Amino acid sequence: MDIFLSEKNRVVRQSVRRFCEKEIKPIAAEIDRECSFPWEVVEKMGRLGYFGIQAPRELGGAGLDSVSYVIVIEEISKGCAGLGLCVSVHNSVALYPILAFGTREQKQKWVPPLARGQKIGAFCLTEPNAGSDASGIEATAIRKGDHYVLNGNKVFVTNGGVADTCLIFARTDPGAGSKGISVVIAERGTPGFVVGDLEDLCGVRANPVSSIRLYDCRVPLENLLGKEGMGLRIGLTALDTGRLGIAAQGVGIAQAAFEEATKYAKQRKQFGVPISRHQAMGMMIADMATQVDAARLLVLRAAVLRDQGKPFSRQSAMAKLYASETSTSVTDMAVQIHGGYGYSKAYPVERYYRDARVTRIYEGTSEIHRMVIARSVLE
Amino acid sequence: MSASGVKQVPDTETQIRIAPDGQSIVKDDIKWVMNPYDEFGVEEALRIKEKFGGEVTIVSLGPKRVTESIRTALAMGADKGVLINDPSAEDSDALATARALAAVIKDMEYDLIFTGQRGVDDDMGLVGASVAEILGIPQLSVITKVEVSEDGTSVKVERPVEGQTLTIESPLPALITAQKGLNEPRYASLPGIMKAKKKPLEEKTLADLGLDASQFGKEARKLKVLELTPPPQRQAGKIIDGETPEEKAAELARVLHEEAKVI
Ligand SMILES: Cc1cc2nc3c(=O)[nH]c(=O)nc-3n(C[C@H](O)[C@H](O)[C@H](O)COP(=O)(O)OP(=O)(O)OC[C@H]3O[C@@H](n4cnc5c(N)ncnc54)[C@H](O)[C@@H]3O)c2cc1C
Repeated sequence: MDIFLSEKNRVVRQSVRRFCEKEIKPIAAEIDRECSFPWEVVEKMGRLGYFGIQAPRELGGAGLDSVSYVIVIEEISKGCAGLGLCVSVHNSVALYPILAFGTREQKQKWVPPLARGQKIGAFCLTEPNAGSDASGIEATAIRKGDHYVLNGNKVFVTNGGVADTCLIFARTDPGAGSKGISVVIAERGTPGFVVGDLEDLCGVRANPVSSIRLYDCRVPLENLLGKEGMGLRIGLTALDTGRLGIAAQGVGIAQAAFEEATKYAKQRKQFGVPISRHQAMGMMIADMATQVDAARLLVLRAAVLRDQGKPFSRQSAMAKLYASETSTSVTDMAVQIHGGYGYSKAYPVERYYRDARVTRIYEGTSEIHRMVIARSVLE
Repeated sequence: MSASGVKQVPDTETQIRIAPDGQSIVKDDIKWVMNPYDEFGVEEALRIKEKFGGEVTIVSLGPKRVTESIRTALAMGADKGVLINDPSAEDSDALATARALAAVIKDMEYDLIFTGQRGVDDDMGLVGASVAEILGIPQLSVITKVEVSEDGTSVKVERPVEGQTLTIESPLPALITAQKGLNEPRYASLPGIMKAKKKPLEEKTLADLGLDASQFGKEARKLKVLELTPPPQRQAGKIIDGETPEEKAAELARVLHEEAKVI
């Protein structure tokens, strides 16, 4: 893979990998079990620039390219998928839309604390009655004097339990259908901004995914991102980038599972030989190695296109689809190679298996991705 | 002002395979990282710079890929790097390596030189001592604590010896070889990596340093590796059979005495 990376990309990988091996890997099983968000490690990650990977330097970010971005997400997710999710969502669908659509003042105000990890971002689109069909949201942001009054129920908000700066998708013009949807920034602590209970999830349990409810929550008009009615466009732009992160997350989980499975297959003996010598196990290892590399290459291609300023929407959808399917199939094989031990929490593959599953669901399900890809191929 | 020697070594997680010649390892598939002992040296140099000011220069001998490790040190906060990259220096032994590093350092103004106490690849532990010898300065090896005097003219260091601590004082300039425990090296930050891109990293050949290429490389080695052998395969555990606890205990004692020869 190195032939596709610049020296800077490789230095990024080496330093993030070192951090994750020393700081994240040792606590990953525990924070999964306890559903705890490791503030101490997160603060270190903030100081190292992981929360502003691509934000410009003058706004407190690291100013890196998209290839570095996917490398960072892959490495963190390899240690802990819940933290990988945190960093991916924060960088891509929370911070990036402010950079892309914010005014100078909005960027000056919101970006530096986010980029330094002093504040954590969230993206609040999904509602109980609107998942794959984002245009079906019911939350409202009604203009009253110099404020918007927000009402709505946002569910499955990644980082929800800890987020300070939340992008809320709501209808500013309830009669205008999908053209009436806008994005308004709401801050935790504003009266009427209520964080619900944490979801008791199957995987990515270190991430405080929660609901966020808005009851007559008043935010100043200058918190509108872009213009009224631009909500879906902002959402789609954000998700193009977000998918790259989720794809990288899938690759990270798969890589971790692949490494554990290979190690185990060489150690475990049955019928007098290491199980890696049984052909069926070797076939699985071959499939795992190939799928992980293929997924990573798709992710790199989309990242390179983005860095070159070229369209990358279809490629990022393909990367997300393939990497998430890869992470579920590779973690499944890793459990199989471990036999009964793979089904026990004593081995990390059990966690990888649970973590991988959601990559096929969030930021657009695999079915929605196939629709998007088919449309772009057939149009 | 200090210089820090940095070596690139295979990641300790890498599966090492012995090459068909039986004397070297297969280098194709290896993940290379900065020698962990050198990281302690870089970190210490940076801490001294933060306290006293000055500059940290990273010096290394090796192929192009080593720039990655030098950039990592620059991203941690070092100021500049020098890579001696010369095909005729490939496979040089420790003494030749030290000659090349010393040739770079001798023309710099320096107070302290740090190297790792050894490389985790071949465990020779010779380069630091040889550099000090060539430069004619004191060498303080296997050090876990460094204290530079307030006036910056001497250094007090600690070396663990058999559960005791040996404290040594030396005038500067001096060379220190870093041991585990010296410090906890920082991680390179992402903004640091971006900044490191603009820091000077010079590449030099042996000729640039006025060195005679015939004293380097495989042919000129004073130390020759005769053979590399892989560690023995771990044997499976042994289960002691027996009808009663007494029988099992007796058998265990016999095995420990006669087979394992530990009691
Ligand atoms: C851990 C986690 C974190 C999340 N984080 C966030 C977040 O930060 N912000 C946020 O806004 N949302 C978040 N989500 C929500 C996530 O994006 C949605 O769950 C996802 O978009 C699917 O929506 P849904 O759950 O309502 O399923 P539905 O849309 O109800 O889908 C149910 C099934 O129907 C299929 N389906 C739906 N429409 C079609 C169609 N047209 N053709 C074919 N099949 C179809 C789907 O593929 C799926 O299989 C998160 C979810 C999880 C689990």
